[in-house]
Amino acid sequence: MAVFLLYPTLTVVGGSFTTDDGSFTLGNVTAIFSSPYRESFLRSIELSALTAVIGAVVGAVLAWAVVAGRPDGLLRRFVTAAAGVLAQFGGVTLAFAFLATVGFEGLVTVVLRDSLGVDIAGTWIFELPGLALVYSYFQIPLMVLVFLPALDGLRPQWREAAQSLGGSAWTYLRLVAGPLLAPAFLGSMLLLFANAFSAYATAAALVSQGASIVPLQIRALQTGEVVLGQQNVGKALGLGMVVVVAVVLALYALLQRRTSRWLR
Amino acid sequence: MLPDEVLPDEVFPDEVFPVKWARRAVLLVLGLYFLLPLVAMLDFSTRGRGGQRDLSAWRAIGADSELLHAILVSVELAVLTALLMLLLLVPTMTWVHLRLPRLKRLIEALCLLPLVIPAIVLVVGIASLYSWVTYFLGDSPLTLTFVYVVLVLPYAYRAIESGLTAVDLRTLSEAARSLGASWPAVMLRVVLPNVRAAVLSAGLLAVALVLGEYTIASLLNFTTLQVDIALLGKRNAEISIAVSLAALLFAFALLLALSLAGARRRRSRGATPLALAAYQAENA
Repeated sequence: MAVFLLYPTLTVVGGSFTTDDGSFTLGNVTAIFSSPYRESFLRSIELSALTAVIGAVVGAVLAWAVVAGRPDGLLRRFVTAAAGVLAQFGGVTLAFAFLATVGFEGLVTVVLRDSLGVDIAGTWIFELPGLALVYSYFQIPLMVLVFLPALDGLRPQWREAAQSLGGSAWTYLRLVAGPLLAPAFLGSMLLLFANAFSAYATAAALVSQGASIVPLQIRALQTGEVVLGQQNVGKALGLGMVVVVAVVLALYALLQRRTSRWLR
Repeated sequence: MLPDEVLPDEVFPDEVFPVKWARRAVLLVLGLYFLLPLVAMLDFSTRGRGGQRDLSAWRAIGADSELLHAILVSVELAVLTALLMLLLLVPTMTWVHLRLPRLKRLIEALCLLPLVIPAIVLVVGIASLYSWVTYFLGDSPLTLTFVYVVLVLPYAYRAIESGLTAVDLRTLSEAARSLGASWPAVMLRVVLPNVRAAVLSAGLLAVALVLGEYTIASLLNFTTLQVDIALLGKRNAEISIAVSLAALLFAFALLLALSLAGARRRRSRGATPLALAAYQAENA
């Protein structure tokens, strides 16, 4: 435990502040704020934020559609199992699923080309829009998993109370369910952000050359394309990622405490 | 697939907006959105020459010895990781639960820590460590077990924790102790049977996570299932897509079995399929 978790963490932290020959420096840390690493961080954050918002909104709607069914119904089991697979297992397989769908010879590409004469193939799938589309395949399911317990916590009595006092469905949503679910929704969105931010496998399988987002930047530094004097920049990038994820998850923990006040 | 009778007919009696239809539309559209890539994978992997269907890519899976080896490695890793994790976590957590409740926060923090450290960062720190590991233990990919145990800790912790809190362990163990049972006997014959469902789900979850792991294995140059799929993708897209589809369906079957098994064992709050959602909630 200590060896395989704490040691690597300390190596990353220590390495961030040392030069190749072991003396102290702030050079690595300042390097991540300059080009091209700054752009990578910005792009990573942009991608994570975009997919977190898409995932949260669509996932919440799907969770609502699922939760209205019977709690032990087949539909619900089916959806939770599928969401579990896509949210956790995905990675490389999702990248290939995506290539088979909208890649150069993918199903959708071919069908659109043959029937409508529209060619959607292009390099966009290896860039930000493509990554955002693939990421949504694991972000939406994750949102469903995270948001379902919150929706389950809404007691039917609350809705009945709102109704018996003459409130419409909209009033209920706006004044009761909305405020109750808001912390859970925001918290889930933060979780999705952290998830997308630390995701590596999908992007790595999809983009084999170049490095647009931070995890790929780390891969490039890790697999040998190292300029002399920069071997600890990868560690500094890692440290940067840990800091971002830690801040996001700390906010998440705060919101979680607020949520659990109502939803048990 | 989507049985209509589960839909409540009158969600909102005074509804202007037809909720029932909105719900069906949502399920249909998103169902298609998620099924499309699967269909595309099936289509892609069965494409033959001249617009015909053939199964050559699927047959090639069995003929690719490298791939079969990678699958074997991944399965071995998954089983070893699950066993080691359970061996480590169940006794420790039970002990803390019964005898050292003050340490609970510490253990929890330690188990959830891997969530804050992305796998890609872990691998950066661990790379130098692995030259020592290979020095002492050889360069077998099975040495990945140790990292994977750390990786699955947060998920396994939550699964086992929900199992342990669902039963009144203290009373049970005190009863067993006062009747003269030794601590190992308490562990094996009282605690374990009571948290069986949680242990099972923690184990299966670990298996699924390990089978899907790519980041660490690929950057430490070990050929596991996912790494080999990614490599194959550069040589022969059809086979890699066939394997991907098979792997996805296998993982789905595993999780569905887990959800059904959990539901049969226990209908209360402990280890229902909802628990699956709850402990996956911490995913990051």
